[in-house]
Amino acid sequence: MSGATLLKESGPKEVFCGLTSIVWLHRRMPDAFFLVVGSRTCAHLIQSAAGVMIFAEPRFGTAILEERDLAGLADAHDELNRVVKNLLARRPEIKTLFLVGSCPSEVIKIDLSRVAENLNIELKGQVTVLNYSGSGIETTFTQGEDGALKALIPLMPKSDQKKLLLVGTLANAVEDRLISIFNRLGIDKVESFPPRQSTELPSIGPETKVLLTQPYLTDTARELKNKGAEIIDAPFPLGVTGSTLWIQAAANSFGIDKSKVDSILNPLISRAKEALAPHVEKLSGKKLFLLPESQLEIPLARFLSNECGMEIVEIGTPYLNRDLMKAEIDLLPPDCRIVEGQHVEKQLDRVRDSSPDLVVCGMGLANPLEAEGISTKWSIEMVFSPIHGIDQASDLAELFSRPLRRHDILNPTKTLTSN
Amino acid sequence: MELTLWTYEGPPHIGAMRIATSMKKLHYVLHAPQGDTYADLLFTMIERRGSRPPVTYTTFQARDLGGDTAELVKGHIKEAVDRFKPETLLVGESCTAELIQDQPGSLAKGMGFDIPIVSLELPAYSKKENWGGSETFYQIVRTLLKDHSNESKDTWQEEKRRPRVNLLGPTLLGFRCRDDVLEIQKLLGQYGIDVNVVAPLGASPADIMRIPNADVNVCLYPEIAESTCIWLERNLNIPFTKTVPLGVGATQDFLKELHEVLEMEIPQSVNESNNSKLTWYSNSVDSNYLTGKRVFIFGDGTHALAAARIANEELGFKVVGLGTYSREMARKVRPAAKALGLEALITNDYLEVEDAIKETSPELVLGTQMERHSAKRLGIPCAVISTPMHVQDVPARYSPQMGWEGANVIFDDWVHPLMMGLEEHLIGMFKHDFEFVDGHQSHLGHLGGKGTENINQGVKTTISNDSTNTSSDPIWTHEGERELSKIPFFVRGKVRRNTENYARQAGCREINEETLYDAKAHYKA
Ligand code: SF4
Ligand code: SF4
Repeated sequence: MSGATLLKESGPKEVFCGLTSIVWLHRRMPDAFFLVVGSRTCAHLIQSAAGVMIFAEPRFGTAILEERDLAGLADAHDELNRVVKNLLARRPEIKTLFLVGSCPSEVIKIDLSRVAENLNIELKGQVTVLNYSGSGIETTFTQGEDGALKALIPLMPKSDQKKLLLVGTLANAVEDRLISIFNRLGIDKVESFPPRQSTELPSIGPETKVLLTQPYLTDTARELKNKGAEIIDAPFPLGVTGSTLWIQAAANSFGIDKSKVDSILNPLISRAKEALAPHVEKLSGKKLFLLPESQLEIPLARFLSNECGMEIVEIGTPYLNRDLMKAEIDLLPPDCRIVEGQHVEKQLDRVRDSSPDLVVCGMGLANPLEAEGISTKWSIEMVFSPIHGIDQASDLAELFSRPLRRHDILNPTKTLTSN
Repeated sequence: MELTLWTYEGPPHIGAMRIATSMKKLHYVLHAPQGDTYADLLFTMIERRGSRPPVTYTTFQARDLGGDTAELVKGHIKEAVDRFKPETLLVGESCTAELIQDQPGSLAKGMGFDIPIVSLELPAYSKKENWGGSETFYQIVRTLLKDHSNESKDTWQEEKRRPRVNLLGPTLLGFRCRDDVLEIQKLLGQYGIDVNVVAPLGASPADIMRIPNADVNVCLYPEIAESTCIWLERNLNIPFTKTVPLGVGATQDFLKELHEVLEMEIPQSVNESNNSKLTWYSNSVDSNYLTGKRVFIFGDGTHALAAARIANEELGFKVVGLGTYSREMARKVRPAAKALGLEALITNDYLEVEDAIKETSPELVLGTQMERHSAKRLGIPCAVISTPMHVQDVPARYSPQMGWEGANVIFDDWVHPLMMGLEEHLIGMFKHDFEFVDGHQSHLGHLGGKGTENINQGVKTTISNDSTNTSSDPIWTHEGERELSKIPFFVRGKVRRNTENYARQAGCREINEETLYDAKAHYKA
């Protein structure tokens, strides 16, 4: 058992709300549309985080509440009905519509599940309407995906087929690669959730073994378990070790011979370690501070300290699920400080006091830290980049070594102090 | 409820943040949930600011709502004042906090601080960013100056000093404000006029208190500063200028207006002092090809109006579309469009703007970052003239829009996306040679050409569908299509539509070469 110190902090936070997950979810399921029921702030948040301008007709939008919607509740429900129908008329390619709750819709208690239910009756299966909350008073950043997946679970068909289900959004290429490795190990039936088409939901039952690809799926994991699926205990597939343990855990649970697993993974492992070496050289001994945002902080810290030799100052996480994170925390070096929650001012004071070489943080904080001479890495990049799996370990390390390399190129005389 | 896929303006508290972040020694406590902290990235990413906005978000959560959110707000206010020691405190709320009605402004006022507290009430469900910016600036100025005596003071002539003006309105996330201020300061210096206070950009509360020392306010950005200027005129008898010095003509008019308001002799040299190259460049022979270029303009009110004047009077373009997303500025944009024989497009829906662009087939689009994307899809050159903007609209080099240098920058920025004059001739001469692929455009790379193809394909499919479904629609013959393909791509869509309309009216079932010329003659007549 690791000696990580678990602390909690509260105060002003600097994190995205769950609406932000839409930015990658809409790309994962191109036949789905995400309609936020919210305010101009919500619309502005997503467009600022997503750089929406490149899409002519993005697959997400906001039904913006206006003064008259706030006056009477019945009106808001009718209005939403009207907006949805206009949208569906214009976008006949939509197969699944997610109504996404926001802070304002929750505070004024718009019942999105009721609206969804009524629409489903009216639309008679043409389009499936679901709802979940991405509000900032309930969720942070990646928790939005947790909510969206949880909303899809009731639609998953039942099955008694033995299979491996990878849960959590992955880059398509990475997913293909992981599936082909499982196939080579002899696990033939591997499916993904969320699927690439919202209408092609995988089935689920007692013979389904779930392997989480992302650490932020607390509610989804619980619901899948309630459906009879087994959640395989494993660290997350980041870095060589994490990915290896992750694959091994699945292989174990499918009763695959260890020597077979080793013979398939060992060449991948040694190749990946070779590719990792130049990055390890750059990262080794450097101090890392992770601010809370994506819930990927703990697995990232584990990879960067155990495999890249970085020294961890602090791991911030917006939310800590001790069960799902147990395998990860066990792998952390002793005395690691994990802080759940945030007081952004105090945390930034600690950043400055510890003068780290690299800080993983949100987009709002990066340039101010850079201006203070501290290299940064955007945490949002972790949810967009193909970083999962053994083969990706060096790419993942490169995300962190690049800012340090750049710092050295631009400041040849000032070497970063690592102590 | 309004369906929005993208919006030109953020909510009003973003406007307030623009003012707070533009200023110094001021802090803004914003009662808002955690997700609203995204707003910081607008400043640190788009504007590449090396410091965080001076904003404390209360980041209340659902579980706080059952309890005492008022105490939570007070805790954050106290902590923010202790930590940042502002000279003035702004207190307000975003959309969600507005619903729970904690009245953070009154809470703050009851806490016994000895600094001025500006309580902001920005209705999030009816107003937008620019309104919020304008209201915030107005509330700050009013709070800090409300006890200032409005006894008439001596004029600059009586005091035997150089006249002094304030430059009001520039903010962060405004279009090229930083450089406009420098340019106008330089310009006024040449006329012996001093700048007293620039606000909000770079001003501290103490600077705001010095506003009354000026003889005149220069309202550089009416979206932000007009209401403040009106208040200062009414209450402190400080007149303000209405002309925004964007473009050569407007800069001259601005100088004349300012001299009049200051009761200064207008130097003979105002017209000659125009040391912008725009005028000569526009007169030079190479610019002949700019004559009558069809330009579509959309943006905030101030920049769209200025662009229309510059395009029409100074570059000899033909304005084929003019509009704004700013409802507050619609009152001014409508008559300007009417004077150009157009109906102003007032909308917050970028798809409507894109449709209008398609409809008018311009050769150049002047718009916001969104129009840049729309234009790219349509394969039309574009220059960005207004917010909302992106990192690339905050250039490293000095590039104002106002004053003489601003006019130079405008000439370059608008003309460069177009094909060079000589080049256009050559392409016109050689366009049938195989080296010249259809839709060849200068400086647009391959995207332009591709976009054009897509549009054409779109049109073609609809037509072939139509011809199978409804027999009433005319069919293009091979010769007709070939002739059509010789027409420059940017007007091709329009010619196609016109010709089809004509054919329908004339009862033609087929469109051949001749129909095309008939239609052309018909619409010219
Ligand atoms: S925090 Fe709440 S109000 Fe703000 S953008 Fe997110 S859902 Fe909307
Ligand atoms: S890129 Fe093409 S259009 Fe532009 S200058 Fe070169 S040859 Fe001419």
